[in-house]
Amino acid sequence: MINVHDILETIRMIQDECLDIRTITMGISLLDCIDSDIDKACDKVYDKITRCAQNLVRVGEDIEKEYGIPIINKRISVTPIAIVSAACSASPVKFALTMEKAAKVCGVNLIGGYSALVQKGFSAGDERLIESIPEALASTSCVCSSVNVGSTKTGINLDACKIMGRIVKKSAELTVDNQCFGAAKLVVFCNAVEDNPFMAGAFHGVGEPDCIINVGVSGPGVVRSALKKYPDADITGISDVIKKTSYKITRVGQLVGVTASERLGVPFGIVDLSLAPTPAVGDSVAHILEEIGLERCGACGTTAALALLNDAVKKGGVMACSRIGGLSGAFIPVSEDAGMIEAAECGALSIEKLEAMTAVCSVGLDMICIPGDTTDDVISAIIADEAAIGMVNGKTTAVRVIPAIGMKEGDILDWGGLFGKGPVMRVNTYSPSKFIGRGGQIPAPLHSLKN
Amino acid sequence: MRAVVTVIGKDTVGILAKVSGICTEYNANVIEVTQSVLQDLFAMIMLVDISKLNKDFTELVNRMNLLGEELGLQIHTMHEEIFESMHRI
Repeated sequence: MINVHDILETIRMIQDECLDIRTITMGISLLDCIDSDIDKACDKVYDKITRCAQNLVRVGEDIEKEYGIPIINKRISVTPIAIVSAACSASPVKFALTMEKAAKVCGVNLIGGYSALVQKGFSAGDERLIESIPEALASTSCVCSSVNVGSTKTGINLDACKIMGRIVKKSAELTVDNQCFGAAKLVVFCNAVEDNPFMAGAFHGVGEPDCIINVGVSGPGVVRSALKKYPDADITGISDVIKKTSYKITRVGQLVGVTASERLGVPFGIVDLSLAPTPAVGDSVAHILEEIGLERCGACGTTAALALLNDAVKKGGVMACSRIGGLSGAFIPVSEDAGMIEAAECGALSIEKLEAMTAVCSVGLDMICIPGDTTDDVISAIIADEAAIGMVNGKTTAVRVIPAIGMKEGDILDWGGLFGKGPVMRVNTYSPSKFIGRGGQIPAPLHSLKN
Repeated sequence: MRAVVTVIGKDTVGILAKVSGICTEYNANVIEVTQSVLQDLFAMIMLVDISKLNKDFTELVNRMNLLGEELGLQIHTMHEEIFESMHRI
């Protein structure tokens, strides 16, 4: 029989330390739904999504019950709609409404893929889709959108950065009655990955199979509790504790992924080894950093501690699952992390520090509320800065900032649930307009030439 | 296929009988029982064979949860695989 201590440890991790599977995300290719008649295309999209994902939620709930592990989200990602809608001349918003309808029927809470990949320029459907994003996000509740504006291989599309500054702002403006929620469902990427199970940035890449299951794990609370037991360990010891914990967390992700894939008759893709926080008490990445020895997240030393955490999470998880993918690393979304919210409110954490942190962890400036009067060009420049960090470091970076329309520094946007709440943070307002207005492509860095 | 039933809470008379009664009702064969006291808490861990259940495993889970609520105890009924995955290479 399994050791009593191990059994109780597992139960404690789930019961008291918020261990959960953050998401089972089904990736569905819509390439076979392309049609120049938008109504026909939307019918095919609806049929395909509801056919592939009809059992997703039920199977997820069964697994949850049998293994006693909460699976917080069941989600769907689809082929970037810019590709699927390229042959139609009408506004692609209809696709967003179709995605919403299909998602509701399947019972999933979010569906991603209202996306365009424009890292090297715009093809037929791209500009139309990007321009439609604010309307699409305002007229749906569970559709998520992402745009990839750069990569290590291609450099950064500065024209796209410029457009996205305006689109992010407009997405917030159109949803001003709903806490500017539109912008919280929109991510601007550099080096976007094709198998990301996490929202809002999930889409199903064109190199992926027809249908696939990806799993995102979580568990900041478990890591923090494990560290608490070693108050005097040196930093190498801390790294080892994180690795061991990450291994255990990831094993559960692997088990759930394999089981879901078998029951759904869909191949299993990857486990995304991520520490994804929630606003719940005891589920914070910031609190791990504080447990390592910082008075507040955002203090000097935060970047180094986060680098260690991020690295140890990957090292521990890598042996625990058959294939790793997605974003894999620690997430630092401000509004979704109780410790980050506290740190931002008391002034310990600034956007500049968050930017530095994004150089050493998974993803980027995530769920940050900025003043409503921030100009489009400043948002574009935030995007360009973040994309540059991703491009030069060969990693995924992203920007998900929410302009709080009509609000100023210190005010609070509150969405509740997993999206949490965030204080409006100060943004450097000196103008980057001439730089952004130049347009064109920032060339790829020298180290992208690996062949 | 085996499952682990864990009962944690304040010790009262008849916990084992009630839990194993439900196992009988669902045709789950009890293989092993371990009991220990952690601080002031009673903890019982029961390994049961669920390969010949007469109903769905999820129904057994629901039934055990209900018993837990009735007795004011935490009862977890989980497939053995989750523990094996997590603690064995």
